[in-house]
Amino acid sequence: MSQSLVQIRGVKKSFGTTRVLDGVDLDVAKGEVVCVIGPSGSGKTTLLRCINLLETYDDGSIKVDSVEVGYEDGSGSRKRRSERALAPIRADIGMVFQLFNLFPHLSALENVTLGLTKVRGISKAEAKDRATHWLTRVGLADKLQSLPSQLSGGQQQRVGIARAVAMGPKVLLLDEITSALDPELVGEVLSVVQGLAKDGMTMIVVTHEMTFARDVGSRIVFMDDGRVQIDGPSREVLANAASHERLKSFLARIEMKH
Amino acid sequence: MIAYIANTLPFLWEGLLVTLAVSGLVVAISLATGVLSGVGLVYGPWWVRLPIRIYSDILRGTPLLVLIFLIIYGLPLLGIDFGNYGSAVIALAAFKTAHVAEIARGAIQSIHYGQTDAGKAIGLTFPQRLQYVILPQAVRRFLPPWINAVADAVKGSALVSLAGIVDLTLAVQQVIGRTYDPLPMYLLGAAMYFIINYSLSQTSRRLEARFAYIRE
Repeated sequence: MSQSLVQIRGVKKSFGTTRVLDGVDLDVAKGEVVCVIGPSGSGKTTLLRCINLLETYDDGSIKVDSVEVGYEDGSGSRKRRSERALAPIRADIGMVFQLFNLFPHLSALENVTLGLTKVRGISKAEAKDRATHWLTRVGLADKLQSLPSQLSGGQQQRVGIARAVAMGPKVLLLDEITSALDPELVGEVLSVVQGLAKDGMTMIVVTHEMTFARDVGSRIVFMDDGRVQIDGPSREVLANAASHERLKSFLARIEMKH
Repeated sequence: MIAYIANTLPFLWEGLLVTLAVSGLVVAISLATGVLSGVGLVYGPWWVRLPIRIYSDILRGTPLLVLIFLIIYGLPLLGIDFGNYGSAVIALAAFKTAHVAEIARGAIQSIHYGQTDAGKAIGLTFPQRLQYVILPQAVRRFLPPWINAVADAVKGSALVSLAGIVDLTLAVQQVIGRTYDPLPMYLLGAAMYFIINYSLSQTSRRLEARFAYIRE
């Protein structure tokens, strides 16, 4: 088997006395779209945040492109990476947030160029070109100078996607990116993600959108109680849901919400 | 009457310049030390936070006049003497630093943690996140209370007159000492303080309007 782009082994994480991740194993190959589903509190978002170390993990290993994310490589005792050492690793791992988290004092264009100029060291002119390309790609060519407060939720989230993708990440983490959107705006955001999947972008998507998971996801990973309970091809997992009690009841609850 | 007031103006002007110089120094010093302390209070490890917290709590709980006298008359007993002017500026700046630190702390902490997450996610280092993400947003929350603090510094600078420094307040008193006509001179002095502080509050309003575009 070829080396996974993202390799997660035995990851454990507790908040105080609550064990949120309890030995998670997951492999994501280049170009795969892995949809992580599961009930609230199952550890999906925490797992995603551990991958770019917005949360530290207590035990186990997370490697992105063979680089251990949270700890310095090498044998002997584990030493946490410093903030400074983490920055370039994070730059290669894109993240899109549930609440967009755009920088409210910067225009859509500046939201995208900030990382390009300050982190990637690209010239302002080239950064502007690249940002314009991606903002056009997500359908916001006419909103380059708009501030986040002047954009709809769906538009803001598309800026969020452009900001992450423009950095040229090896893998893109999407954390319930449509959960804060009005239902009529969900489609415009998911179609952008679908386009990225077609281009071969490797993505780990925490989502409650089962149609998206089925149609766009290469695999579905069902998490519960801080562990991966099911991991398989999307259609297969959904087709066999009836044979797994927890997945069945989770899907029934999701169904009732929609 | 007008002629007599006009005669005093050059003398009052000298005093006003001293008031402005003291205030300006205090504001500049406390801005630098206060913002650094505020950043330390939010992001520093415990051994940075603890001394700043203790400093801030003690200074904010001490009457400014006591602090001025302590530095002017107390420190020389330990062999440290900054002179009256230096001591007064240090006392005012030390006092103001504690206030500015709290204003900066509040402004920084009011920025949603998602902004830090987003900055980290695109690979910004800590100083870059401060420079490009957190502080430009925090400045909007920082400015109004800070300008109030600047106005307080101008008013508080009147206390340096008790240390024998001829600022606007002492200049007014010295004129009264010669004319024995306190009311017009106090009114004139009050008007001068008012003009300074009123222009500061106008600046504050303009700055608030200037940063109103930042809406989360």
